[in-house]
Amino acid sequence: MAYFEGVAIIICVNLMGVLGVSLLTGFTGIFSFGHAAYMAIGAYTSAIVVGRFGMPFVVGLIAAALVATAASLIIGYPTLRLVGDYFAIAALGFGEATRLLLDNGGDFTGGPRGFVGVPRHTTLLIAAVIVAVGVLVMRNIIGSRFGRSFLAIREDRLAAEAMGIDTARFRILSLAISAAYAGVAGSMFAHYLMYLQPVMFDINKSTELASTVVFGGLGSLTGSVLACIILTAIPELFRPFYLWRMVFYGLALVSTIVLRPQGLLGSYEFSVAGLRRRLAGRRLAGSPSHRAAEGDAVRADAGPRGGARDGGGLP
Amino acid sequence: MLSVRVLQQLVNGVSIGFIYALIAVGYSLIYSILRFSNFAHASFLVVGAYSGFFLVTAASAPFVPAVLLAMLTAGGAAVVTERLAYRPIRERNSPTLYFIIASMGIAIFCEQTIIATIGPKFRTYPRVLQIVSVDLGKTTVGIMDVVAALMACLSLSVMQYFLSRTKTGFAIQAASFDLQAAGLMGVNVNSLVGFVFLIAGVLAGLSGVFLGMKYAVYPQLGYLTTKAFVGAIFGGLGSLPGAIVGSIALGLLETFVAAFISSQLRDVVVFILLIAVLLIRPSGLMGKSVEEKV
Repeated sequence: MAYFEGVAIIICVNLMGVLGVSLLTGFTGIFSFGHAAYMAIGAYTSAIVVGRFGMPFVVGLIAAALVATAASLIIGYPTLRLVGDYFAIAALGFGEATRLLLDNGGDFTGGPRGFVGVPRHTTLLIAAVIVAVGVLVMRNIIGSRFGRSFLAIREDRLAAEAMGIDTARFRILSLAISAAYAGVAGSMFAHYLMYLQPVMFDINKSTELASTVVFGGLGSLTGSVLACIILTAIPELFRPFYLWRMVFYGLALVSTIVLRPQGLLGSYEFSVAGLRRRLAGRRLAGSPSHRAAEGDAVRADAGPRGGARDGGGLP
Repeated sequence: MLSVRVLQQLVNGVSIGFIYALIAVGYSLIYSILRFSNFAHASFLVVGAYSGFFLVTAASAPFVPAVLLAMLTAGGAAVVTERLAYRPIRERNSPTLYFIIASMGIAIFCEQTIIATIGPKFRTYPRVLQIVSVDLGKTTVGIMDVVAALMACLSLSVMQYFLSRTKTGFAIQAASFDLQAAGLMGVNVNSLVGFVFLIAGVLAGLSGVFLGMKYAVYPQLGYLTTKAFVGAIFGGLGSLPGAIVGSIALGLLETFVAAFISSQLRDVVVFILLIAVLLIRPSGLMGKSVEEKV
C-alpha cells in the first residue's frame, strides 16, 4: 500500500512540474530544457528553510516558489526579450550551472553526496490538495483574458504585438509562473524523499517534463495531466527495462512531433459542462449552436500554427 | 615560470577553441538556414567520436582514414536525421518550436541508446598522438592540441572557400537570407538543406574525434556542444566568422578560468559570461543586430 501511495505522490510531484511546463511550452510556445533546475532550486530552498531553520512546511512551499521564480528571471529577463533561440541555450546552460553550484555548495547544500535530514511533510492528501489547487489556478489563468495572451503569442508573436500585447513581458511572466510551479514541485519532492542529490535534477528530469507535455498535446492541460499520469505510472510497471526508459522518452518526443504533433489530446480540454453538453448534443444530433456555446471550456482551436491537422478533440 | 604556464594554457585554449569552432560553425550554418537550435548536433558529434574510436581500436584502422571515415559517418547520421525528422516538419511548415523539440528528442534518444547498447563506460582512445609533445624552449605542448587546431583550421578554411566560391555555396548563402525565396529562384531546397546537414555533421564528427582523444569517449560527450552554442552566441548567433571567433574566445576563457581560478566552477563562469553578453550586447562580437523587444 505504501508503494502505491509513493507512486501516487510522485505522480502529484510530476504533475505540478508538468503543469508549469505546459503553460510555458504548450501555451506560450517557449521551449525549456532546464526546468529540472527550478525544481532543484525549489527542493533545496524548501529543504534548507524547513530542515535547517525549522520553519513550517507552508513557508517552505512559498519560499520554494519565490526563489525558483527569482532564479527564472535571471535567464528569462535577458533572453526572452530577444527573437531567436537564446532562451533555449541559456536554459540548458542554466541547468548545468545550477547542478554544478549544488555540487560545490559544501555543507550548505551537502554537495554531491546529498542533502540529508529533510523532514517528511508530503502526504498523499497534502500532495493531492496542492495539485488540485495547482490545476484550478492554471486552468483559470489560461482561461482568462490575461491567459489568452499567452496563446496569442504562441500562435503569432507579431500579430499579438500588433494587438497590444506586451509580448516580452508575457513571455517572461509565463516563465515565472511555470518556474513557481516547478519550485513547488521540488518542495513537495524534497519533503517526500527526505533527502536530495543534485543528480536527481539532471537533464533527464527536464526531458521527462518536456516530453510529457509534448506527448499530452501542446496546448492541452487535460492532455498534460493524462500524459503525466500515464508516463509516471508505466515505467513503474516496467522496472526491469529501466535502461530503455529514457530511450523511449527520446523516441516519444521525436515521433510525437513528427507523426502526431497535436499529441494525445490536441487542444481538447475536459470540463464537466463540456461533457454534459456533449452528452446532450448526442441526443439532439448536434446543432451548431452547441459548439458555439462552448464558452467555458478552454478551447484554442487548432494547435500551434499549421500543426494540428484536426484541431484536436476526442472522437 | 608563470609565463610558461600562461603559454601552455594559451595553446590549450586555442586548441579547444578551434574544436568548439568546428561545432559552432555547423550549428550556426543550420541555424542560419532553418532558424532553430539543432540540439541533435550533440548526437552527430558522439556518433563521430564512437565510430572513430571503434575504427581505431576494434578495426585497427590507421589514424587518418579512421578520422575521415568517422567524419563521413557523422555526416551520414546528420543527413539521415534531417531526412527522417526535420523534413516532415519542414514540409508541414510547422513553427520552429517543433524543430527544437524534435532535435532535443533525437539527442536524448541517441545518448540513451548508446548507454543501453554500448554502455555508459568512459573509453579512452589509444594514445597515438597525445604522448608526443613539441618542445618550445621552456615549455612543451601536446602535439594533439596542435594537430587538432591545424586540422580544424584547415576544414574551416575549406568550408569558407566552398561557401564563398562555389555555386552551391552561393545557394547556401542565399538560403540563409531567405530559404523560401531561394527555393523560388530555382534552388533545390531539399538537397540544399541535406547538404548543409552533411557539412555540419562532418565538422561535428571531426570535433567528436578530437574531443574523444582529448578527454574520453562517453555517451554524454555531446553536452560539450552547449559550450560551442554559447561560443556561437558570444560571437553573434548565425554569423560564421562570429562562431569561430566566439568559440576561440570561449576556449581561452574557460582554459584560463580552469587553470587560474577554479576548474569546478569553469562552466558556471561560462554561463555567467553568456548572461552578461546577452544583457550587454545580445548581437555578440560580430553578429548582425538582433531584433530586441523591451
